[in-house]
This record gives sequence, structure tokens and C-alpha cells, in this order.
Amino acid sequence: MHLDMKVGLFIPCYIDQFYPQVGIATLQLLEKLGCEVSFPLNQTCCGQPMANSGFSHVEGGCDKNFVSNFEGFDYIVGPSGSCVLHVKDHLHDDARPSAAKKIRSSVYELTEFLLDVLKVQQLNASFPHKVGLHNSCHGQRGLHLSSMSERVEPAFSKPEKLLGMVKGIELRKPSHVDECCGFGGTFCVFEEAVSVKMGKDRVADHAANDVDFITGVDVSCLMHMEGILKRNKSRIKTIHIAEILNANN
Amino acid sequence: MSNSKAQILKAVAASKPALVALPEIDLNEVISYDDLVQQFRTVLESIGGSVVMLENISQLDEEIAAEKSAGNFVINLLDANAGEQAIPSTPAELSKLSKLYMNGGVPVAENGSIWVDDQLMKVRLLPFICEQLVIVVKKENIVATMHHAYARLGKIDTGFGVFIAGPSKTADIEQSLVIGAHGAKGLCVYIV
Amino acid sequence: MKNHAALSEAFISNEPRTDWHNETLWFVRQKRDKSAHSLPEWEKLREWASQIKNHSLSNLDFYLNQFEEQAVANGVKVHWAANAEEHNQIVLGIIRENKLSRIVKSKSMLTEECHLNHFLQDQGVEVVDTDLGERIVQFRKEPPSHIVLPAIHLKKSDVSETFHEHLQTEKGNNDPQYLTAAARVHLRNKFVESEVAITGVNFAVAESGAVVVCTNEGNADMGVHAAGIHIACMGIEKIIPKTKHLAVFLRLLARSATGQPITTYSSHFMKPRPGQQMHFVIVDNGRSKQLGLPDFRNSLKCIRCAACFNTCPVFRRSGGYSYHTAVAGPIGSILNPGFDIKAYSDLPFASTLCGSCSNVCPVKINIHEQLWKWRQEIAKQGHVSFIKKVSMQGMAFVLARPGIYRFSGKAGRWVMRNLPFLVNNKLNPWYKQREMPAPPKQSFRDWYLQNQQEKN
Repeated sequence: MHLDMKVGLFIPCYIDQFYPQVGIATLQLLEKLGCEVSFPLNQTCCGQPMANSGFSHVEGGCDKNFVSNFEGFDYIVGPSGSCVLHVKDHLHDDARPSAAKKIRSSVYELTEFLLDVLKVQQLNASFPHKVGLHNSCHGQRGLHLSSMSERVEPAFSKPEKLLGMVKGIELRKPSHVDECCGFGGTFCVFEEAVSVKMGKDRVADHAANDVDFITGVDVSCLMHMEGILKRNKSRIKTIHIAEILNANN
Repeated sequence: MSNSKAQILKAVAASKPALVALPEIDLNEVISYDDLVQQFRTVLESIGGSVVMLENISQLDEEIAAEKSAGNFVINLLDANAGEQAIPSTPAELSKLSKLYMNGGVPVAENGSIWVDDQLMKVRLLPFICEQLVIVVKKENIVATMHHAYARLGKIDTGFGVFIAGPSKTADIEQSLVIGAHGAKGLCVYIV
Repeated sequence: MKNHAALSEAFISNEPRTDWHNETLWFVRQKRDKSAHSLPEWEKLREWASQIKNHSLSNLDFYLNQFEEQAVANGVKVHWAANAEEHNQIVLGIIRENKLSRIVKSKSMLTEECHLNHFLQDQGVEVVDTDLGERIVQFRKEPPSHIVLPAIHLKKSDVSETFHEHLQTEKGNNDPQYLTAAARVHLRNKFVESEVAITGVNFAVAESGAVVVCTNEGNADMGVHAAGIHIACMGIEKIIPKTKHLAVFLRLLARSATGQPITTYSSHFMKPRPGQQMHFVIVDNGRSKQLGLPDFRNSLKCIRCAACFNTCPVFRRSGGYSYHTAVAGPIGSILNPGFDIKAYSDLPFASTLCGSCSNVCPVKINIHEQLWKWRQEIAKQGHVSFIKKVSMQGMAFVLARPGIYRFSGKAGRWVMRNLPFLVNNKLNPWYKQREMPAPPKQSFRDWYLQNQQEKN
């Protein structure tokens, strides 16, 4: 149904290295939905870790590499709201400014791509578990994937809409519906105490709902919460939304 | 000193951005209430004030007379024609004021506040230093929002004016609400 | 001087206290939400407030002049202070000239910024803070930990002990009602005797020369109307053009701050009462410099509601003192580097850039974007640790080179699988309280290539 759509798959570095299953689920899901997906082989990182630490002036090499990899695609899709937001807001290449500009406007986070571009109405997926949804800040407040509790605006949520298409899933919302998990890039090591406390509180909020899984659109938040869950030997697991939307058992 | 003024203004002039226009504030976009009296009453009660509907202002005379005869220090500013009453001049004397009766200007439905100014309070300290404050307002003066209130007030050419919304309060100790911080411990509004 | 990370760690070491602080401020945030949602025009109101402030800043010199002219015509004496020292000298001068000694002060973040109390104390002048929360911390010789809720770091038992010591209240009586009543009696005497009342300013209206001061307790009014001299201290950015604009700001201020529809008292001071002196002190202290920074100037729109404090997941868990400055929280983290980039180079990093602060801001300051921009300035000017600098440069080097990236990724995962103690140790701040992710044998790219081969 979407056979003419050339999609460049953007798999952020830490997903590539530590969470290949998220990349696999994303690729399979997009292909299932009829997209022609290629994975540019020389991609590394969007440069966000450096830029958010104040070093956007040294990450020009990352930007250049990103542009080389993703020049020419109609759509660039990645399973990470945070990395996508960074590309959208900050990607620059002095040698190829128009290519960078084109990429900034054609890069999508997975759930917004599924709903806004592919206009997905139904999914052949099932995930019979109790799941807590973590609203990742950059996806939510940066890409506006869902309404925000601070704002007076109509309620909506792209991730929730998609999860609602999954058979058997039981979604449970935490009491703080959109509070940060405390990852924050290098914040998690340079502000270790606050970061961990934020993560512990987030996890406890979900645990109070007796969930089996915590899901979200950003692996970084999930990785943070996973680290805390595992240390505390919790039975709760983290899982990226792509894995649920691609789950078929 | 004037040197600093010149220096600051010069620095500001050099630093300020290009002129940005003021917004048009369209009152059609602002909330409206079906029943202004009810809205005013609900909000004022929710912030610790009490509200009494009154047919006629003379109904208060008895209450004031009773207060006075009970030996309470009461000041009544309701009747502008009552002539000069002796208002003590020092804060020390006024700190014994148990009740002040005064007229209010514009009541605001959205937040339960009432505008009062120099003309209405005579002595600025009175509505703050009294233990109990009684304000009488006219039903027809109630406006919906602060936008309407300022429109009604027009050019404020009094020396001092204040919107009073309920009794004085604080939550500075563990966020526990306590009514009666430094100002009046109670506010009763009579709507005529 | 300890930085935000170290000060936070100390605060969090008392976890029940941290939880209480977090939950209490979250409750204030919820009250703010409820209040905001009661007005369908809320977002419009924020937009109007933002535009009025943008306009005011873009014409600030004109409005400052107009404000002074009007105030002088109203019988007010206007003073100008280029910096904190001059501000403090002006206040001292007024006190000395009139040979006065009994001074009360209501809340003013500007005087905190200028360290007025300390300055006057060094000159032998005692100032009594009359806001209940400020009085509590003043007794304890502490600064306020929050600009709206100055004693939010304290429990009622702490206040009880302090009042027992200073006001001779019953030992162990922790009832807020009782403690507040004791403070009321104590401060009533101070008001009645006061000769000088110092206040801050929430808004200064150019067209009328009025200053507006908002309190819930009534302490500003009690002081000003009792004392013979009123000194109102304001930053140059407090100016708004017209009286009618107050409607926009008074509708936003208390709703954003505490969820109240308006503060109990919104007092408009135009003219001194007969026999009273009224002084306005207009202070720059770095503001005109900030105004000249296009990326950061709109931080001057702030109306000090502290909504960004209450929503900030970091502030709620690190406490006001972790910001080591008078105006803490997210707004403090973008204001202070403009005044002293070196001393406050840690603050823009005391955030996950979650963006909640910008969303609650009633004047729509793009706080989290400015935090990001300050980080760039700070790194460029070299105010970051050597370790951070080297690691960032190292990362940038590797990530710009796909081959080296792949090699290091593979090597790193191999080390984590086979020599985990090299990573899982106390030198790794992640590992202190969190497990590292399980390193897979195959990266996504490895899988992809293998999968492509199998397909063909």
C-alpha cells in the first residue's frame, strides 16, 4: 500500500549497539506497512550527547556524517523522539545547507510517521499484558506527540492511539502522566543523585499500577528506568513501543 | 545618582531589541459567566470569605449598634454623610480595631476580589489592621474579570487602591493554609 | 563552592525529606493546573502577557522615563541604582538621613539579590522580614529556598523549634495555626512600631507611575501604611505600559504561583499619604546587559511566580539551596549565568531539558531552550570540567568516523560481556545505583547485514 515510499531508517547509536531488537522491530513494522526501507550503513550518532552538554561546536563531524547518510530520502524515520528532535532542531552542514534543511523537515519519530504520514488505522499486533506508558519529554514536549499536562489544550496522544490498536493490551497511566524519568543525556552521570531519584520515582509510579511492562517512544528513558528496575530486582520490564506494535503472538 | 539614571537608560537604549507591537486584547476571547453574583460568591467563599445577600443596607444598622454597645472598637465608614468620625491616628491605637465596615468599589466575579481605594477607606491602614473586615458592595457593580474591572476603574487617580480577595492568609508553614496572617482574620461581604 | 550536583546529593541523602519536598511542590503544581484549566483563554492570556512584556522590553528606556515622570508628579522620590551596591547605599542613605532604626520589609527578590539585609546589618541597621516564611528563615539565619514559598524546605517541627527559641512558643507545639498566631502577635508589634517599610514591586505602570505589590498575608500593606517612609525596590524589567495590562498579569500571577485566582491583596501605590515619604529605587544590576543578549533577553520577562520551580522535576528533588543563588529553579538557571557565567556555570546543566518549565511559564519564556543555549556559551568559554571537555571531544571524534565508531562499539560490548568489572565499578556514576544495559553480541547493523545476505 505504501510501496513507493522510500524510507531511510535512522537507528541511533546506542540502539544500534545495545538495543538491536528495537531497530529490528522498527524495520519489520515499517516493511509490514509497505514501506521500502533502507538502512544507511555508515550512520553513527546525531550529535545530541555533545550538543546537550554544550559542545555543539565540536560535533560538526557528526552532522556531516548524518547528512551524507540520509541525503536523498523522502522520509527519515527513527525509533527515538529525542534523537529525531535533535536532528529537527539542530542539524547543520555548512557545505550542504539545503540537504541539511531537507533532512530537518523530513525526519520523523516512528509513531508520528505511522499516524501522520502512513495514516495507520489498524495494526495486526497483540500484546496481552499490563503496560505503563512513559511519555518521553522530547517526543512529547518537543515533537508534540501528545498533549501536555501543563497546557490548556485538547487531549490527544499518538503513542496511545497506536497502542490502542494492539489486541489484548491493558494500558495503565501513572499518576504523574508526563514527568521526566531523569535520564537527560549526560545529566544522568553528571547529576547522578537527582537523576537516579527521578528515575526511582518514575518507576515507583508505574509499579503502583502493577504493570508488567513500561513502554515509550525513547529507548534512552527506557534504558534509564531499566537500569533502576534491574538494580532493584523488579519484575517489571521495559520495552520500546516498536516492539509492542510489531508483536504478533 | 542622576549619573546612574543616564547610564542605565543609555545601556537600555543600546541593548533593547527592535520595537515589538502591543497585543490587541479582545474581550470576546475572555471567559464570561451567566450569573455574576453566583460566580463572585462561589469564588469568595472558596478563598475564605463569607457572603451575605442584603435587601437593604439599613439592615446593618442594628448589627453595628450591637457591636458598639458590646464595647467593641468598631469603625463604620458606610454612610458617607455621617460626618467626620474620630479615627485614631496611630497604628498602635488602630491595632485594637475589631471591626471595620466599609463600602467596596468594583467586585470581580472571576476571583472574588473587591477594589477599594483612598476615598472608600479614609485611612489606608484600616482594612488591613482590623481583625474583621466587612465590605458592602452593590450587585450591579460586579464585573466578570479583571479586564472588565480595570475598564470600569478607568484612570485611577487616587493615591492608593487595592483589590482585596478574602481574609489575609498564609501557607508558609508546611503548606498548611492558615487564615489570618497579618491582615484581617475574616472578610464578610454584603451584597446589596 | 560546591556545585549543584554536589549540593543536590546532600539534599537527597535525606530521602523522606526529599519525597516530602517533591510531593508538596507537586501539589502546588496541580493546584496551578486546576486553576489554569478553569480559564478557556489561558493560553491566549499567556500569549498576551508574553507580547506585552516583549513590547515593554523593546521600548524600555521610554517607559522608564515615563514611569519616573509620573511617579515624581505623584510626589514620589525616584532613585536609580546601576548595581547592588548603589541600591544598598540608596536605601541606607534614606534610613540614615531620617535617623530611623525600626525597619520592616516584605518580600523582595531584588533585595535578596542585592543582599540588602546583610549589608544593612553590617551597618548596624536591623531589618525585620515580615512575610511569615521569610521571618522563619531570617530567625534561622538562612536565605529563602524558594521565591514564593521561602520556608518550603522546612517542616513544621523545624518552625516550632525556631519559634520556641525566638518567640518563646510552647516546645513541641507544631500546630501551624498556633505558630502562625504567635508570628502574627510578634509581627504586629513590629508593624505598629515601624518607621520604614521596604517592599518589592510586582509591576510598575509607566502611564500612571504606580507600583503594584501582591501579598496574601497583608504584610506589605501593614508595613507601608503604618510607617512614615515607604521604599519600594524594583528591577528595571518590572515596567509595563498601561494600567489595563495589570489585568493580564494579575490573572496569571497567582494562578501560576499557587493556584489561587488572585492574591489576597493586590495593592496599587500611587501617592504617599499625607506626611508620608514614598521612594522608588530602580535597579539595573546586570539587567541591561542581559537585555543586550538576543538569545537570553526574554528571561527578563519573568514575573517571579515560581511555576517553573514547582513543575521542575529537578528542583523538587534538589531543593532551593542547591542553586546557591537568590532566584533558583529553572528561571534562576538562565538569569544567573547572564550576571556571572563562571559562578553559575553549573546551573544550566541542572536540568534534563524536559521542557515543562517553558510550558507553565505565564509569560512564555523559552526557559529550556535558553538552558541549552547557555550550555553552548559555557562550554565555548571553557567553564566546564576537564573531564567533560575531553570526553565530549573524544566522543565527537569517534562518532564522526563510522569505522572507528563500529570498532569501539564492538570492543565496548565485548569488554562489557567479558570484563564487566571494567565498566561496572564505582568510577562509573551510572553503575552506582543502576545496572548497565546487557550488551548484545550483534549490533543492529551486524544483524541487518546478515539478514540482507540471508534474504538474497
